[in-house]
Amino acid sequence: MRTGTPGCAGSQLPSLVRSPLDFFRNLFGGSTEPPFESAAGAARIARRSTGFNQFTRYILRPDGQKVLDLGATSSSNILFITGLGHKAYNEDVLKAANEKRLVFAGGEEGSAAEAVERFLAEELQYEPESFDAVLMWDVCDYLPEPLVKPVVQRIYRITKPQGALLAFFHTRAAGAEAPYYRYHIKNEETLELQRGPEFQLQRVFQNRHVENLFREYRSIKFFLGKENIREVLLVR
Amino acid sequence: MWKARREDEKPSTPNPSPNQNPQPPAPVVPAPASNQPRTVETPRMDTYRAVDVAHIGKSVIIKGELSGSEDLYLDGEVEGNIDLHNHNLVIGPNGRVRANVFAKDVVIHGKVDGNVNGVEKVELKKSALLNGDINTQRIVIEDGAFFKGAIDIHKAEPKPEPVRAVTPVVAPPPVASATGGSAAAATEKK
Repeated sequence: MRTGTPGCAGSQLPSLVRSPLDFFRNLFGGSTEPPFESAAGAARIARRSTGFNQFTRYILRPDGQKVLDLGATSSSNILFITGLGHKAYNEDVLKAANEKRLVFAGGEEGSAAEAVERFLAEELQYEPESFDAVLMWDVCDYLPEPLVKPVVQRIYRITKPQGALLAFFHTRAAGAEAPYYRYHIKNEETLELQRGPEFQLQRVFQNRHVENLFREYRSIKFFLGKENIREVLLVR
Repeated sequence: MWKARREDEKPSTPNPSPNQNPQPPAPVVPAPASNQPRTVETPRMDTYRAVDVAHIGKSVIIKGELSGSEDLYLDGEVEGNIDLHNHNLVIGPNGRVRANVFAKDVVIHGKVDGNVNGVEKVELKKSALLNGDINTQRIVIEDGAFFKGAIDIHKAEPKPEPVRAVTPVVAPPPVASATGGSAAAATEKK
């Protein structure tokens, strides 16, 4: 069981002493377990997000925009989006990719391509230029490799020109065991992280890889977030 | 000086202290992780077995149009359309619906493939699986529910105010002044 702060799996610090606060907790018999561990993934950790704050500027006005959330179903996200007068769309791409158990790796080249084709035939099926904004969160980090580029291309296709996309990427310091979090919108500048299903981090993108992956977008801005996360705001 | 207070004159305490009336705290159900087997919440059946609630059991399969003018608890399978107008629909944990749903309040515990139109409220319980669009005034989604589609929240239409009985105001007949009055009055006089 991990004992560090979220996303610190790669930290080289001893497991029991990660901070002075932890030291005193141990000294007095306290627990270093973060609240989400003891609450079976139900507890949430609030985190300020500059990237999301910038993203909301694109969706504040006018009303009636279409916003696609690619994360797990979150009532707070839906309420936030619909509270702005927009139409909320939800599609849990990671859950779909894991449930379908498509053969992406270890098979022949053709089978991976067919699996990707089957996946995209059922998921992200929207008309071109449908959405004003897309919340991608850190989906790219957890998607199977063959799906990353096709999914990004599909998202580009269904996003309107001038539409915004918010994506998160782990830094190398996050480590291979970085847990998957669900992101809940608390307000315009704060997100709440909640431990989600045990998806495995597939890769760590460097800034250059991110730029290449989203090279068709008109602008790209990087924000260094907390817990070894880079926040990226893209405009189509 | 002090008047003895009788038992029946004791002030009522809307919030009695815990010692007087101990009650167990409400159980907190942790949200299940998606990779764990989905726990199917079994709603209290007596809640839905009121006199005015129709009940469709889990072994019933209906293909076609399902409409009615009473509340419905559906635990079986329906393929087609469900239209309950101004009545409530509860889709139980065993409910499997491949239909567009139209009702006043819709509560989903089971699986729905289709669009859900709840005039007042749509509620997705933690065991709910919904593939389709939601159109409603209010929505409640429990942690763990799965939803794929669009949500359109429309504001409640303002209720029309009751029409007051208004006494019609009769305009007084124009009185032509000695100096001439209005042009219309002057024309009529002619």
